[in-house]
Amino acid sequence: MSPAEIRDEIIDILGDIAPDENLDDLVDDKNFRDQLELDSMDFLDIVMELRKRHRVQIPEEDYGHLASMQTTVSYLEPKMRDIVKA
Amino acid sequence: MYDTIIIGAGMSGLAAGIRLAHFDQRVCILERHYTIGGLNSFYRMGGRDFDVGLHAMTNFARKGTRRGPLAKLIRQLRFNWEDFALAEQIGSSIRFPGVSLDFGNDIELLQSEIAREFPDCVDGFAKLCDSLLDYDDLAGDDPNFNRSARAVLEQLIPQPLLREMLLCPLMWYGNAREDDMDFGQFCIMFRACYLEGFGRPFKGVRTILKNLVRKFRGLGGELKLRSGVSRIHVEDGRAVGVVLDDGTEIAGRRILSSAGTVETLRLCDDITEVDVAKAGQLSFIESISILDVQPQDIGFDRTIVFYNDSETFHWRRPEQGLCDIRTGVVCSPNNYRYDAADGALPDGVIRITTLADHDRWCALSEPMYRAEKVAQYEAAVHSAVRFMPDFRRHIIDTDVFTPKTIRRFTWHDNGAVYGAPDKRLDGTTHLNNLFLCGTDQGFVGIVGAILSGISMANRHCLVSAD
Repeated sequence: MSPAEIRDEIIDILGDIAPDENLDDLVDDKNFRDQLELDSMDFLDIVMELRKRHRVQIPEEDYGHLASMQTTVSYLEPKMRDIVKA
Repeated sequence: MYDTIIIGAGMSGLAAGIRLAHFDQRVCILERHYTIGGLNSFYRMGGRDFDVGLHAMTNFARKGTRRGPLAKLIRQLRFNWEDFALAEQIGSSIRFPGVSLDFGNDIELLQSEIAREFPDCVDGFAKLCDSLLDYDDLAGDDPNFNRSARAVLEQLIPQPLLREMLLCPLMWYGNAREDDMDFGQFCIMFRACYLEGFGRPFKGVRTILKNLVRKFRGLGGELKLRSGVSRIHVEDGRAVGVVLDDGTEIAGRRILSSAGTVETLRLCDDITEVDVAKAGQLSFIESISILDVQPQDIGFDRTIVFYNDSETFHWRRPEQGLCDIRTGVVCSPNNYRYDAADGALPDGVIRITTLADHDRWCALSEPMYRAEKVAQYEAAVHSAVRFMPDFRRHIIDTDVFTPKTIRRFTWHDNGAVYGAPDKRLDGTTHLNNLFLCGTDQGFVGIVGAILSGISMANRHCLVSAD
């Protein structure tokens, strides 16, 4: 997956977790927490959805990399590079 | 071989099941009773629908709210706000001799009521609201969690009567401890009842349970009713599976139990004695009256009335007799702001909850049990009509459920409605793959129980499940 495809995938996951949010206005270099009021349970869901959909494993000590869209995509890029978008 | 076996198909077990099935686990929920819901179940009698637990769903929030327990559970279980179809309460009251305080889903009403009746307590009440622990602080490790709520109130609220009045609804709706309340639990209930408030789906608890079960099954989860667990089989310090009442053995990699702390430990075949003194003591009877009018037609528009007939609120198991009728809760499921499309409920309903002693109820012979249901119903209604319009000439049908009924639905020791006073907030047990959820883990009420199932599933069955 390219960084743009990874971004689309994260948007899709966020849409599942927070269906009432308008994700079109998401600013990539601002924290999810501040923009969407995500809490630790929601971050766990991002991790779990990535595992469910793409078998991507994210160890607990790396959860901090999922702070914003920008940091998430750059963290995931090496892990998801070889995944072919369905 | 299941990834997770869940004991009990109440709110917490079903919610945990949804989380695990959503993330592709093989999950089986085992329920001893012939129906789902546990304490918050329902039954049909004489052509009418009755709810067992639900008076009101606490933690009310309007559609689209981002924060708070209701929003959290909707997100976590991938529900829509419409699935719960919550109607707001009309309004509730706390009634003690000579003084009544109204409250609703906006704290300003209670503030203005306090300003009218207890003007010297306005500042203290504001300070109390400011000092409440946040839900995020309620993992149980906050040093203030186990403080005495009464001691905190004494520092802030100068009038003893107001302290008793504020405690009354919060203890009724979620305190497993006699006489006093943990401050952490007080904060949870204060937010749930006074800051967030009450709502109810038009069709009651069925709506919630139906949605939970449909989602669980839709994700491939298995639910087995009439499947009581008689034993948790332990080998080399690990739970390896369960044995059902009929002898069937089911293997699982881990077990999540909503049976209660004492009740779960008793099932483990590596434990010979459990400390039953730690079980909860508080149980109720519920006296249900069906009326030939809507309650509002006889001048009663309250959703819930919490009453107490003296200046001191006694929250303990009855010291003598089957029930203690000095305090009680009146609930009318008619008195919610239902959608015009739903109309009104078909019958007028008044439900009255009274403190009861489980052991004395269970010791009665069958004829005495039936006779006492009638006698205690009459005593409860007689007590309640001191605080509401007398509805007795409108009664067309009645039913009573007792601690014996509650035990049948929940299997909790003593028919303890809110479980044991000492909670296991981290959900762990002596075995590293046996965990607790539900009443004895922590939060109570419908929203609390669902969140308990979610958080224990997340913490013990998803994160560390590799």
